[in-house]
Amino acid sequence: MPKITFIDPDGQTHVLEADDGQSVMKVAVQNGVPGIEADCGGACACATCHVYVDPIWSAAAGNPGDEEKEMLTYTVDPQETSRLSCQIKVSAALDGIVIRIPASQH
Amino acid sequence: MPPSDHYDIIIAGAGQAGAQCAQSLRQGGFAGTIALLGEEPVGPYERPPLSKDYLGGKRDADRLLLRKPEFWAEKGIDLRTGCRITGVDAAARRVTLAGGSHLSYGHLVWATGGRPRPLPCSGADLRGVHAIRTIADIDGLKAEVAPGARAVIIGGGYIGLETAAVLRGMGMAVTVLEAQGRLLARVTSPPVSQFFLKLHQSHGVDVQLCAQVEALTGQGRVTGVRLVDGRELPADIVIVGVGIIPNVEPLAAAGLACPNGVQVDAFCRTSDPHILGIGDCARHPNPFAGSDIRLESVQNAIDQAKVAADTLLGRDRPYAALPWFWSDQYDVKMQSAGLALGQDTIMIRGEVGQAPFSVLYLRDSRLVAIDCINNPKDFMQAKALIAARRRLDTRRALDRETDLRAIALED
Repeated sequence: MPKITFIDPDGQTHVLEADDGQSVMKVAVQNGVPGIEADCGGACACATCHVYVDPIWSAAAGNPGDEEKEMLTYTVDPQETSRLSCQIKVSAALDGIVIRIPASQH
Repeated sequence: MPPSDHYDIIIAGAGQAGAQCAQSLRQGGFAGTIALLGEEPVGPYERPPLSKDYLGGKRDADRLLLRKPEFWAEKGIDLRTGCRITGVDAAARRVTLAGGSHLSYGHLVWATGGRPRPLPCSGADLRGVHAIRTIADIDGLKAEVAPGARAVIIGGGYIGLETAAVLRGMGMAVTVLEAQGRLLARVTSPPVSQFFLKLHQSHGVDVQLCAQVEALTGQGRVTGVRLVDGRELPADIVIVGVGIIPNVEPLAAAGLACPNGVQVDAFCRTSDPHILGIGDCARHPNPFAGSDIRLESVQNAIDQAKVAADTLLGRDRPYAALPWFWSDQYDVKMQSAGLALGQDTIMIRGEVGQAPFSVLYLRDSRLVAIDCINNPKDFMQAKALIAARRRLDTRRALDRETDLRAIALED
C-alpha cells in the first residue's frame, strides 16, 4: 500500500497508508487529518482540499486540470505546486509522497 | 466495557451534520462521552454522490464513508448504527429507542435530517416506486435499472434532474414530470431553469412541465403515471423527488417549537436549553436570507455542526457561513453561492445555453447570489464578494472576460 505523509497546518506529521485509486483528499479526511475540509466530498466543487505537493513529487502527482487550475487561483495563498487533493489519485508511483496542508481553506 | 446508558452528548442522526459535530467536539478538546446514533445500518456517509456517481456505478459504498470505520472508536465516539429514536423526554433528558430502551444525555444534538416526501396520491406505495435519500434507496433502484426500460421521474428539482442524467447515461428512456412551469422553480431563476431544460432535452429526456400527477397505476407493481389532464404515461420504474419532510416529530411531541423543522437560534440552540438542532432539519436565522429558513445542503450541515460544537464547548459564535451548493449533470457542473432571495436585478454573464456562463443576483447593486455553469472562476471570486456584501460596477458585470473581483466597488 502506498504511504502518504501529510504535514498539517500545525506542523504535525501524519503518515498514512492509502488504497490505490483513492484520492489523496479521501485518505486525509477518512483519517481525520486536520486542515483538509473537502466539503463537497471530491466533486471538484468547493476548493477546500487545497494542498501543496512537495516539489520533488510534483511531477509524479501531475498537473491540475483546467477547472481545478481556475479554482486553485482563488484559494488562499496558492503556490507553484498547489493542487486540490481530491483530484490526485493514489497509485504506486506516489508511494512516499509528502503533502503540506495550508493554514486556511477559506 | 458495555455501552453506557448515559452520555454527556447524544447526537441524534449520523449523517453529514451529526458526524461533523462529533468530530468537531473531539477536535475542540471535548473529553466527555459522545454517542452518535444513526438509523441506517452503515456509519456516516456522503449523500450527494447517491444521485450521481453511486447510482451510476462509478463509486462503491465503502468509498462513500465520511471516515474510515475505525475512526469513531479511535476518537472515543460511540457510533450506534441501526438505532432509531422514537421519543424524547426533555424534562428527564432522555431519549427512547425503538425497542423501548432509554439513553440519558447532558445535551442532545438533533441532526436527523429528513425523509423523502411521499406522493400524496394513490399508488405511491407500489413496487417500482423509488426515493433518493439513502444507500438502500439507490441499491433498490439500481437493481431495477435496465437499458431501454422507461423511468418516470416526478419532480424537476436537483435530485430528479441528477437522477435523470445518470439514468440516461445507463440507457434508460427518461421522462421528468414537473408540476411548476419551469424546472428548479424553487431554487433558481428562469434563465438557469431554461438552460437545464435545454440540456436535458438535448440528452433525450422528455421533460413535461405543468404536469400534475393524479395517481400511480399498476397492480402490485407500478406500470404507469396518470396525470390530472387524463394522460397516462407508461413506466417501468418511478422515482419521486419532491422534497423532504424534516424528522422532528419526537421533538415536537416533547414540546419544542417545530415550525417546518426544529426552530433554533444563531447558536443552534432550540427552545430547550439542553437540546440543539443542526442540518437539514434545523430552521435557523440565516443572515443571507434575512429570515428563518431551512437549508438542505452539505454546506449547511457542516457549518452548523461546527457552530453547535462550539456552543457546546462554550465558545459561542453565531452561524454566519455563506450558503453554497453544487450539482453535476452530464458534463455540466453548476456551482451556486449565496441565496437568490430578494434580488432586484438579475444579470447574465455570457450566454445562456453556451457554457460557461453565470447568473448574478443583485440587490441595490450588491451581489447576493450567483449561479455558475461550468464557471469555477466566477464561483470562487463571487463567494468572497457575496460574503463581504460588496457592490459591483454593474455596467461592467456583463463582460465575461472581466474578473468579478475587478469590478467590485469600495462602497
